[in-house]
Amino acid sequence: MKQEIIIAGFGGQGVLSMGKILAYSGLMEDKEVCWFPSYGPEQRGGTANVTVILSDEKISSPVLNEYDIAIILNQPSLDKFEKAVKKGGILIFDDYGIIHAPTRKDIRIFKIDAMNTAVSEGYEKAFNMIVLGGMLKLSPIVSLESVMRGLKKSLPERHHKLLPINEKAILKGMEIIQET
Amino acid sequence: MVEEVKLMKGNEAIAHAAIRYGADGYFGYPITPQSEIMETLMEEAPWETTGMVVLQAESEVAAINMVYGGAACGKRVMTSSSSPGISLKQEGISYMAGAELPALIVNVMRGGPGLGTIQPSQADYFQTVKGGGHGDYRLITLAPASVQEMADHVALGFDLAFKYNNPAMILADGVIGQMMEKVILPDFRPRKTEAEIRAEQPWATLGKPKGRKPNIITSLELDSHIMERNNLRFQEKYRKIEANEVLYEELLCADADYLIVAFGSAARICQKTVELARAEGIKVGLFRPITLWPFPSVALKKYAEKIKGILTVELNAGQMVEDIKLSVECKVPVHFFGRLGGIVPTPDEALKALKAML
Amino acid sequence: MNRMEMIKPENLVYTKPRLMNDNPMHYCPGCSHGVIHKLVAEVIDEMGLEEQTIGIAPVGCAVFAYNYIDIDWQEAAHGRAPALATAVKRLNPDKMVFTYQGDGDLAAIGTAETIHACNRGENIVIIFVNNAIYGMTGGQMAPTTLLNMKTATCPFGRNEQLNGYPLKIADLLAQLDGTCLVTRQTVHSAPAIKKAKRMLRRAFENSMAKKGTSVVEFVSTCVSGWKMTPEQANEWMMENMCEKYPLGELKDI
Repeated sequence: MKQEIIIAGFGGQGVLSMGKILAYSGLMEDKEVCWFPSYGPEQRGGTANVTVILSDEKISSPVLNEYDIAIILNQPSLDKFEKAVKKGGILIFDDYGIIHAPTRKDIRIFKIDAMNTAVSEGYEKAFNMIVLGGMLKLSPIVSLESVMRGLKKSLPERHHKLLPINEKAILKGMEIIQET
Repeated sequence: MVEEVKLMKGNEAIAHAAIRYGADGYFGYPITPQSEIMETLMEEAPWETTGMVVLQAESEVAAINMVYGGAACGKRVMTSSSSPGISLKQEGISYMAGAELPALIVNVMRGGPGLGTIQPSQADYFQTVKGGGHGDYRLITLAPASVQEMADHVALGFDLAFKYNNPAMILADGVIGQMMEKVILPDFRPRKTEAEIRAEQPWATLGKPKGRKPNIITSLELDSHIMERNNLRFQEKYRKIEANEVLYEELLCADADYLIVAFGSAARICQKTVELARAEGIKVGLFRPITLWPFPSVALKKYAEKIKGILTVELNAGQMVEDIKLSVECKVPVHFFGRLGGIVPTPDEALKALKAML
Repeated sequence: MNRMEMIKPENLVYTKPRLMNDNPMHYCPGCSHGVIHKLVAEVIDEMGLEEQTIGIAPVGCAVFAYNYIDIDWQEAAHGRAPALATAVKRLNPDKMVFTYQGDGDLAAIGTAETIHACNRGENIVIIFVNNAIYGMTGGQMAPTTLLNMKTATCPFGRNEQLNGYPLKIADLLAQLDGTCLVTRQTVHSAPAIKKAKRMLRRAFENSMAKKGTSVVEFVSTCVSGWKMTPEQANEWMMENMCEKYPLGELKDI
């Protein structure tokens, strides 16, 4: 079993850290994991993306042509990665700021209203966890328990008090994701 | 001891492995995409535990010369940088080769020339294996293709450097430096004591006990006859390294009609290309040089008799391909595919190039 | 007293420093380097630091300093001696580490290494021999060459429009928080040599006491580059060099 995932959006949306938590969750389940980010000044304000691969077998290339799941958080990323989803694969997007919605018919497309929800629920910083929750609902690659353990591992101890909020956000994401 | 599996970036693995190896010092200057090496070292503060010195220098030039000074004391010292910074370090590297000093240098390559790009590249192959600085010398060059190898090559690089009193380089790139994978870090080893260094590196400048001649570390020799003898001694050493220290990895090469030859991140990408090609019935294998100098020429030459063609994949305009052609002596066609400017080719791009040569 | 009596040990009033060997020096007759080498050798010996001293030689006239004083030495690339010394001292905090550099090495190509080693307050001694000219390469202009002074690369005299001004690097180093001693000395007379040795010893003591960076500048002559006799050179130095580079302590804390 192997899942090849791309997460893409603006810098500051927690794209890289969402990928990191996913990777740590995979580590908790003894999977092979690879996390390969875009890096450089584009992280701040520009688009950022990260490839996360979780697999039961050794991972070859960190660089991929196509993905099982694409999580898209802004328009430039949608333009770039919609075409890179494998036939029959999953595209998840938050339509906040999206002008041209995805159009492909040979993949499953889901919408998650994460930005608005994060603001209305009062945990803006856990926005990316809402999105992660949505993805886990569709494709439970890792268990919620592993995610929470991964989160604990990837967060510095001083931030551990934020764990309950993050869990709440993940559960919320599972609740609000919907197929378009 | 139970081995703990950790998840970290290649750059971070280098830092942790250096502390655990018992390195005495790291001297560096920040540059993307390798700054996590010094950041991790500063965060770990090994001067409080193992006694390792970590210092941010005023420039890459100063950093490599600090490495020279530390190495001349017989200490396990290292530096790291990325392409433009490595160009600045060439002076010190040449002097260390000339003074026969062991040290570890890490280059997490980005695209050039000039400031170029901060994105991954393998365009410093020539610079690394053909010289880089001035004078006839060689640099032991290791090309890790995983985060685990980033960690493992720290010990390997130091060990080879000290075995031959010669600088060694880990030649990685932005992909290997920035990606996170599982890694098992080596066990902690104690740093060498001064008494051990005095015994194992009798040439070290640690202060002259009464009765011993002064130790003088220099690359200077104005008498041409003596200098030629020095040069010949270096060359003899290089031939010994070429005979004994070649490392490479073969993946599905035994029954292959074609070989892809690639190193570092390009080799990782081409592993997938091989998977894809095999699924289509193309009998292709991956040959991955781990030491770029010494280059695995003998092993490659053996394949030249058995296969129909070689595809070299590099993140540059075609550099290692020259060494491959020299190795196979025109016995088999050698093709090249590469991307430039910091673009990392995808596995299917390489597959397309492979199919084009069938 | 006849000759045989004079050379009896009990009548000895002066001897070559123990750490100086018998290698014939390559320095020109009348050059200040010989005297400064002697002082370095004496101070190391008198302080009992022979077994724990590491010297860093420069590129320039003193490139072969390691041939004359019997201690462990490292030969640096041009200008990089303070970087080497930084690592040697940090990796061996209880050793005595000094650099020996000329004006081109310290104040031109190695300016960055010099300033930053001083600014970090590395516990080293920097011995700076300033003769306002590149001696080894044949008398070219140095950063410290005086205005109107003729050299091979300013044959009509140093011109501030073309070449800028003489660099008072020691004054600059005295401003840095990392330095504890910055002093300017000469070795042109017996009293001057005595004073210079005292300051050199203070610098070495500072280093062992980890007080920060000590810089001892020797305003010096270059008989070949200046095209003068040793006597003329000393006179010219006192008259011209010491006007631009006044002697004494710029900083001593």
